[in-house]
Amino acid sequence: MAMSGMRGLSVFISDIRNCQNKEQERLRVDKELGNIRTRFKNEKALTPYEKKKYVWKMLYIYMLGYDVDFGHMEAVSLISAPKYPEKQVGYIVTSSLLNENHDFLRLAINTVRNDIIGRNETFQCLALTMVGNIGGREFAESLAPDVQKLLISSSCRPLVRKKAALCLLRLYRKNPDVVNVDGWADRMAQLLDERDLGVLTSSMSLLVALVSNNHEAYWSCLPKCIKILERLARSQDIPQEYTYYGIPSPWLQVKTMRALQYFPTIEDPNARRSLFEVLQRILMGTDVVKNVNKNNASHAVLFEALALVMHLDAEKEMMSQCVALLGKFIAVREPNIRYLGLENMTRMLMVTDVQDIIKRHQAQIITSLKDPDISIRRRALDLLYGMCDVSNAKDIVEELLQYLSTAEFAMREELSLKAAILAEKFAPDLSWYVDVILQLIDKAGDFVSDDIWFRVVQFVTNNEDLQPYAAAKAREYLDKPAIHETMVKVSAYILGEFGHLLARRPGCSPKELFSIIHEKLPTVSTSTISILLSTYAKILMHSQPPDPELQNQIWAIFKKYESSIEVEIQQRAVEYFELSRKGAALMDILAEMPKFPERQSALIKKAEDTEVDTAEQSAIKLRAQQQSQTSNALVVTEQSHANGTPSVGQLSLVKMPSMSSHVDGNSADPRLSPENGTLTVVDSQPSSADLLGDLLGPLAIEGPPSINVHPQPSSNPGSDGTVVEATAIVPVGEQANSVQPIGNIAERFHALCVKDSGVLYEDPYIQIGIKAEWRGHQGHLVLFLGNKNTSPLVSVQALILPPMHLKMELSLVPDTIPPRAQVQCPLEVINLHPSRDVAVLDFSYKFGNDMVDVKLRLPAVLNKFLQPISVSAEEFFPQWRSLPGPPLKLQEVVRGVRPLPLLEMANLFNSYHLLVCPGLDPNPNNLVASTTFFSESTRAMLCLIRIETDPADRTQLRMTIASGDPTLTFELKEFVKEQLVSIPTTTRIPIQQTPTSPVAQPTSAPAALTDPGAMLAALL
Amino acid sequence: MHKLQCWIDKMGIRFVLMVNKQGQTRLAQYYEYLTLEERRTLEGEIVRKCLARNEHKCSFVEHRNYKIVYRRYASLFFLVGVDDGENELAILEFIHLLVETMDRHFGNVCELDIMFHLEKVHFMLEEMVVNGCIVETSKANILTPVQLLDKAS
Repeated sequence: MAMSGMRGLSVFISDIRNCQNKEQERLRVDKELGNIRTRFKNEKALTPYEKKKYVWKMLYIYMLGYDVDFGHMEAVSLISAPKYPEKQVGYIVTSSLLNENHDFLRLAINTVRNDIIGRNETFQCLALTMVGNIGGREFAESLAPDVQKLLISSSCRPLVRKKAALCLLRLYRKNPDVVNVDGWADRMAQLLDERDLGVLTSSMSLLVALVSNNHEAYWSCLPKCIKILERLARSQDIPQEYTYYGIPSPWLQVKTMRALQYFPTIEDPNARRSLFEVLQRILMGTDVVKNVNKNNASHAVLFEALALVMHLDAEKEMMSQCVALLGKFIAVREPNIRYLGLENMTRMLMVTDVQDIIKRHQAQIITSLKDPDISIRRRALDLLYGMCDVSNAKDIVEELLQYLSTAEFAMREELSLKAAILAEKFAPDLSWYVDVILQLIDKAGDFVSDDIWFRVVQFVTNNEDLQPYAAAKAREYLDKPAIHETMVKVSAYILGEFGHLLARRPGCSPKELFSIIHEKLPTVSTSTISILLSTYAKILMHSQPPDPELQNQIWAIFKKYESSIEVEIQQRAVEYFELSRKGAALMDILAEMPKFPERQSALIKKAEDTEVDTAEQSAIKLRAQQQSQTSNALVVTEQSHANGTPSVGQLSLVKMPSMSSHVDGNSADPRLSPENGTLTVVDSQPSSADLLGDLLGPLAIEGPPSINVHPQPSSNPGSDGTVVEATAIVPVGEQANSVQPIGNIAERFHALCVKDSGVLYEDPYIQIGIKAEWRGHQGHLVLFLGNKNTSPLVSVQALILPPMHLKMELSLVPDTIPPRAQVQCPLEVINLHPSRDVAVLDFSYKFGNDMVDVKLRLPAVLNKFLQPISVSAEEFFPQWRSLPGPPLKLQEVVRGVRPLPLLEMANLFNSYHLLVCPGLDPNPNNLVASTTFFSESTRAMLCLIRIETDPADRTQLRMTIASGDPTLTFELKEFVKEQLVSIPTTTRIPIQQTPTSPVAQPTSAPAALTDPGAMLAALL
Repeated sequence: MHKLQCWIDKMGIRFVLMVNKQGQTRLAQYYEYLTLEERRTLEGEIVRKCLARNEHKCSFVEHRNYKIVYRRYASLFFLVGVDDGENELAILEFIHLLVETMDRHFGNVCELDIMFHLEKVHFMLEEMVVNGCIVETSKANILTPVQLLDKAS
């Protein structure tokens, strides 16, 4: 007997099952719907049993995908049935059929409330579950206090309380105000002392939501979470029912570790230690076993532990352990583990310092790009994209291009976009960039947007070296039999402009160029024909002396298109025809295009934008309604930021008169509006604003008086400049104090002095990472500005205060860092002459009402321009002797040295690129080191160092430094002294003072020069 | 950089589907409101995608803004849509827990049990998931209301 005795329902289900096709099914369903409708018309005659039966049929039909637009009232009315079976059906069917805004639901509010506050446990559960699933704002307002009471009531059994927890979660999402944070935080902490694992499981979900909105308030829950995790990990007091294949509730373990990831950090050393113990045990103790279920469950816990370790910024050793584990995973046979290994490795890229270890797995990741499973290929693609930088861009992009030839349609668009972005971001040279884009157009022209080929044209036009190469490449592609129309466009454009540079090559005479381009004309669309006409005019102009035959051919084409119905084509044809008969004037008018002004790549900008809101974007399609309902809290907070911050900028702009304010108003709008949700209004604005900016820029200078001209040309830096000035008057420190940096800034700086990548600065809103490559006297640094929040950081400004000896150029830093985005800002450094002065980055941004301004020393320090060099005894001594004494060779006795064993001192030297050459000095207490220093004034210059230590007193030593340049010798001596005397981690003089005046240098130098002589005498 | 922090308050499970290998829906439970049209489209797309995969492929499929975690038992596919960022293996085993729970109740559960006892499966799921969050993982506790109902009838 099926369906608890509902025979009619069973029959109906059997009928549906026996339907041969969709049409029969529809007929049967329609018949049934008609039947139910007539039954419901005479509702009073229905027994509760019959009602129940029909309501189930409705649900069944709805599940099959048919609309059920009646009978809702009957379903809702069952909620108030006195008996459990009917009531239960009422609740379940209501929450399946109705959405939270349904009017009938409001009618049930009282019944639901009565069930919740009533004495019947099972009724309580039903009501809490339904409200938990579909309760709306009204439910939140009228039921929240009752639900809270149940959740913490000691007289309530776990089965009710676990439902109350998730019910409260729903109500909280509908209206965050229903939970009074101050009062509730303590209750929440108490709740986590609960022993029942069902209550804990659901409370943990509630906690995640609460903490993610306001982690500060729930600080006291953090140690409780760690306790719960310890209890589970040690399997203490875990009932058999909650053990899954020998693992204490993997779901609760996962959820607890997830909750911990919503706290920004764990400061209490004890809590941190116990947590790391548990994590270490999970990392090390998870073995692969035969049973699939056990394996999955234990790896679910393991992957969550990995995520938590990453979040906690564990020590490098543990991080490397994690990467090693993931490296193992991405190579296993089990596809699930391979997929998750790749996914988590991508997340791991967010952690600084491990990128290099991840790069070691590049070959394996590339193999995954060829996996038969598209899910895995996607993960591999994301990972490769994320790990790409200047060092491996060539390899990775070439792999992507290769894969593009065989990739299925579903992946081609993403692939080509990613390849284009990487090529532009990390191109080691521009000819490579042109190569990549042309290949992309060739292989996947449909997915290469105009932005991309415009960019190629821009690069080629602006770089003369590139022009013959690009023209030759374009010419090569034209030989291919069937080429994409975009290829025709870009080739025609480039050959029109620069084809004459190829004139001496075979197949590249004006006539040959013309004919091979003209071959394509019959197959292309009108927009391309316009480009071709321009190309012909240019070819004509470049064919000197004029070739009458070619001239006639091209004139004939112009003549033909003079009557084109396309205005653009017609106009070009008429004008080019007339122009080409003017002889010399043609040369002027059709001369090479001027260089394009530099502007941000539209592609990269677009990529940055989409990276941020791909999730939201696709969500819009499907969940537009739901979003505003489920995550009210989130939307509200974001809006308040969006409304709050830029309006400041707007106000200041409004004061500006006429044109300039217009332009600014436009350019500010598109940024603002998407966040406010009025997408439609500004849809076409960004491009027109750009255009306006270009067109109106020069005009504004003639028009308004000078005061207005000043802020106009660059709206953002202008308005921000005033903000910065204002804060400069107010003591900077006080303002910045409201946001505390995470970690010790000085320590981070010193760590970066000896390594090339890591975190320079971090606070709750932003993380500034740095990655550097040093070659000779040049440095290529990249600042990674990562917005950690879901709201944008605005008024972002980065100013470099370079010392005299460094030439530094920071690329444009965007005014706004979009939510969760990371912006990369390259910084080029050139070392002009030796100096120990330090460059400072003055970085400021605004988040909400917090204006943060920090001054950070940049690790572009002297030792970065050193390259260790190994010197033999035969080389060393002649050099040493050839530098007789001051000012090229300086000696100093240094006291107060941090006592170090000789070996450690050697390591210290090596870490600063002063290569210790063992065996050169016969005295075992001495060290000899050599290095090459690079700067523009000194070029590569050998430096020799000798340290004589006193085994009886490790706190003093004598050092002698020699090089071919007096300033270098002095600076290097002082530098080495600093490293030996001070302990690198101590905080030094406030950085604002570091850019010392260059005058100070020579005066201090002679003083020091007199010093060693005296010291030497004393020692001898 | 710390993207991990930014899985802000997601629901977790967005829907649970049971579909047989002919693509017929045997159970559909959504934890977010979608119109019937949206459901039909979504189910069609997902079923097409997942059923085409063989057993050598992984159990996760990315679709729109969802991640589908799925598992096949004989003729029946269990498909769970979750937010990106959800722990996939935990969901995969949650599916198995659901199957084991049904097994404990029906004994050797099969597609027909689910078809003809749709209400019971709903009751079980209702005990396991509320508002997209896992609420109970003890089979005994999950089955209590169903047994209560059996006694009543």
